[in-house]
Amino acid sequence: MSPKPSLNYRYIIPNLDHAMNQILRTIAFAGFTIVSAVATPNTYDFKDPKGVNAIQFTLDSILEPIVGNANAVEGKVTFDPADVAATKGALEVASSSLKVPNDKMTEHLLSADWIDAAKHQDISFEFSKLDSVRTISEGKWSAIAAGKFTLKGVSKEVLVPVTLNHLAGAYGKRLNKPELHGDLLVVRGVFTILRSEFGIQPGKNEDKVAPAIQLTFALVGSAPGA
Amino acid sequence: MPLSPTTPKPESPLPPEKTIAAWRILLRGAGAFFVLYVFCVWAAKGYNRGWTQNQVPVKHIDPITEIEFIKYEKRFVPGLDVLAAGVTSGLLIFSVTFLGRRCPPNRA
Repeated sequence: MSPKPSLNYRYIIPNLDHAMNQILRTIAFAGFTIVSAVATPNTYDFKDPKGVNAIQFTLDSILEPIVGNANAVEGKVTFDPADVAATKGALEVASSSLKVPNDKMTEHLLSADWIDAAKHQDISFEFSKLDSVRTISEGKWSAIAAGKFTLKGVSKEVLVPVTLNHLAGAYGKRLNKPELHGDLLVVRGVFTILRSEFGIQPGKNEDKVAPAIQLTFALVGSAPGA
Repeated sequence: MPLSPTTPKPESPLPPEKTIAAWRILLRGAGAFFVLYVFCVWAAKGYNRGWTQNQVPVKHIDPITEIEFIKYEKRFVPGLDVLAAGVTSGLLIFSVTFLGRRCPPNRA
């Protein structure tokens, strides 16, 4: 009795492997697209566990620019990499955390004449969407955040050019705990305000301290479990 | 002929010799030393041509996010304001020595 010849489908359908690969790729792509379309945006907490977040301020003055920072940053931003324009959130920094390298100057800065940190405890920025979103590279965008900036109890609408950098899966790596899952969102930006518009010594000492204050920020928000 | 004790001394034809009181010399030295000392301290602490700092910002970089952040170190770095105050004080000490009478009133 002669052995039954086995069927080799490779001869029947010569490109079976290729066809299977195509089918699997199509399914994977469709799955990814569906997941992306229905993915809910994540909320990123900007109270950084490593204490890196800070807002730097620079005022030109007679001898040299006065440069300081404020590092008690808190706030939450909702971000979805599939819909960057819908990013929204609110960030605030404690006025009392403003600091310059000279203690006397810091004391002066926090006094009622300048920031009045005792009365106005927070400096905040709230925005509900991003405009002019442009992709710089994969996971990196530039945009304009239009929102309400509040300083010394005065709120003004401002436009803040920002760059966003989405670091998927970097949360645990940053904390040296690779077992933790989560994403990071890095937001950077620079904008300028006039101190007179916020009731900070309006029209006074402008020959000694410039009327414009430049604010620079580089903040990281964490979304554990994202 | 020797002069008797009651005879008045004749007037010297030369003007009295100019001398500086010891306290003036000391103060001038102190003033000059103070200016030099303040300058040396200012220079040794880094020639800071800005405002005096008693906390120095030191930059760090977070390796994952590449965010540059600042931590303050407690350190005194005198600026031009301290240098100016020190030099002014030294010059004031020095210039005080030019006030008042420069010669002792009763030279023997």
